[in-house]
Amino acid sequence: MRYLFFIAAVLAAGFLTSSPYKLQLLTFIGINTLLALGLNMLMGYTGQISLGHAAFYGLGAYTSGVLTVHYHWSPWLGLAAAIVLAVAAAFFIALPLLQLSGFYLGMGTLGFGMIMFVVFRQMSLTGGDSGLVGIPGLFIGPLSLDSPRNYLFFVWAVAIISIFLCERLIHSRIGRALRAIHDSERAASSMGIDTGKLKVHIFVLSAVLAAVAGFLYAHLVSFISPSSFDFLVSVRMVTMVVIGGMASIWGSLLGAAVLTVLPETLTVFSEYEMIVYGLVLIVIMILLPQGLFRGVLDIYERAGSKAGKASARSQG
Amino acid sequence: MLSLRNFECRYGSVRAVKGIDLDVASGELVALVGANGAGKSTLLQTLCGFVPEWNGEVSFQGAPLRRPLKPAEIVKQGISLVPEGRALFPPLSVKENLELGAYVRYRRGDHKNIAEDLEFVLELFPILRQRTKQPAGTLSGGEQQMLAIGRALMAKPGLLLLDEPCTGLAPLLVLVILETLVQLRERGITILLVEQNARAALGIADRGYVIENGRIALEGPASALLADANVQHAYLGKECRL
Repeated sequence: MRYLFFIAAVLAAGFLTSSPYKLQLLTFIGINTLLALGLNMLMGYTGQISLGHAAFYGLGAYTSGVLTVHYHWSPWLGLAAAIVLAVAAAFFIALPLLQLSGFYLGMGTLGFGMIMFVVFRQMSLTGGDSGLVGIPGLFIGPLSLDSPRNYLFFVWAVAIISIFLCERLIHSRIGRALRAIHDSERAASSMGIDTGKLKVHIFVLSAVLAAVAGFLYAHLVSFISPSSFDFLVSVRMVTMVVIGGMASIWGSLLGAAVLTVLPETLTVFSEYEMIVYGLVLIVIMILLPQGLFRGVLDIYERAGSKAGKASARSQG
Repeated sequence: MLSLRNFECRYGSVRAVKGIDLDVASGELVALVGANGAGKSTLLQTLCGFVPEWNGEVSFQGAPLRRPLKPAEIVKQGISLVPEGRALFPPLSVKENLELGAYVRYRRGDHKNIAEDLEFVLELFPILRQRTKQPAGTLSGGEQQMLAIGRALMAKPGLLLLDEPCTGLAPLLVLVILETLVQLRERGITILLVEQNARAALGIADRGYVIENGRIALEGPASALLADANVQHAYLGKECRL
């Protein structure tokens, strides 16, 4: 039911908006939703911090970009390669890194993000600082996704399917195990949960979602440069998760929407982006630690129950 | 069912358990009592894979346990621990905590039996039935202990280990927990109970071990230990009554 409503909302937004700029903004919300969703699975549900997730976003974008531009692969093969590479990189990184926890894990993933950023900048294949130009658009058979509206629907189809699958996962036995790990790894392991393995798997899942988002981004904007995948982008992803709400799938959507629309509407933002994210993080942590989605719902419910009591009293 | 030979555990250079022989036969309720720091909890922690440095032989159901002991593997082998301090998952609901207890069984496709065992646990602790949707963190201390025991039972263990289940509970609740353990034993569940409250533990156990400074000081039928002058002097006190 929720999904029908959601799909209807996307369709309505797509058909009622004619400005290409707004359509693209909505598309970006979809791409960022994928990023926030993946990171939320890792951070919000499993309690493992990653400050380097932009690396996987970039890996997805550059893999498909390089393969389509320099080697003229089909973008879909590029996507497959991007996913394979993201899985491999995530495994490779997760095995040593996920031995760490808390701040140490944060620092470790931060380091990985920085290494990948340097790789994107220094490699000749990626175009270095000047970026990679001429990434082709997408086709599904004869249907071109070149029009902003088609691309919007495609991105949201991917986002909705991902949300659906993640929600299924969270409500399964695996989802319970992830939340148990978040709470106490030791207690989780004495339930028979192979915590090490599960943490690696969820890290890989979140990396794949980021890589898919990177693929969608690259073929949408056709030009990518390292600055789209730097540390700031990782921080923005974390902020999306925190704003929307840790361990809230629909919160990811809200967090992505807020952090996509705000910088566009408040242009003053661009220079002070870091400061604003920092402030937003602090304020949300203090006032609405469960995130906007849950926090606002709670306020609404509290107001509702108060109003209910007040009316009961006045009637009584 | 469980047999330890010359079992020794250490934290770095500190030997916490110094060569213990201990047996738990199938269907038995064995109490391991002793003062603070005697090595009781370390022994359970090691068995469950949380203390990596140990020596000696451990066999369970006739087969030696493979090194290194890993917590997740131990549960799969059929040993469940009710840890000291309960170690529940506070934000998760009572039902989710219980379902997590059965984690290793879902993969085996044991769904129908899991539902039956859930029902069994809720019958054992009726108060939990009223709280299935409540976060575990909101339960009272006694209810949390019941949940911790229920969660361990959900793994359908061959051997149930309990680490100080009576600590911090009101005397009446201690009785409830002890009665539950007796019921479980009657149902054929093998139990190793580690407890500081020697009178309570020996009162329900078949056999007991008294551990002192990492070594077994005394062992024998629980009733004999309760009557033993040394035990009375050291652990029970003259005036101590439950």
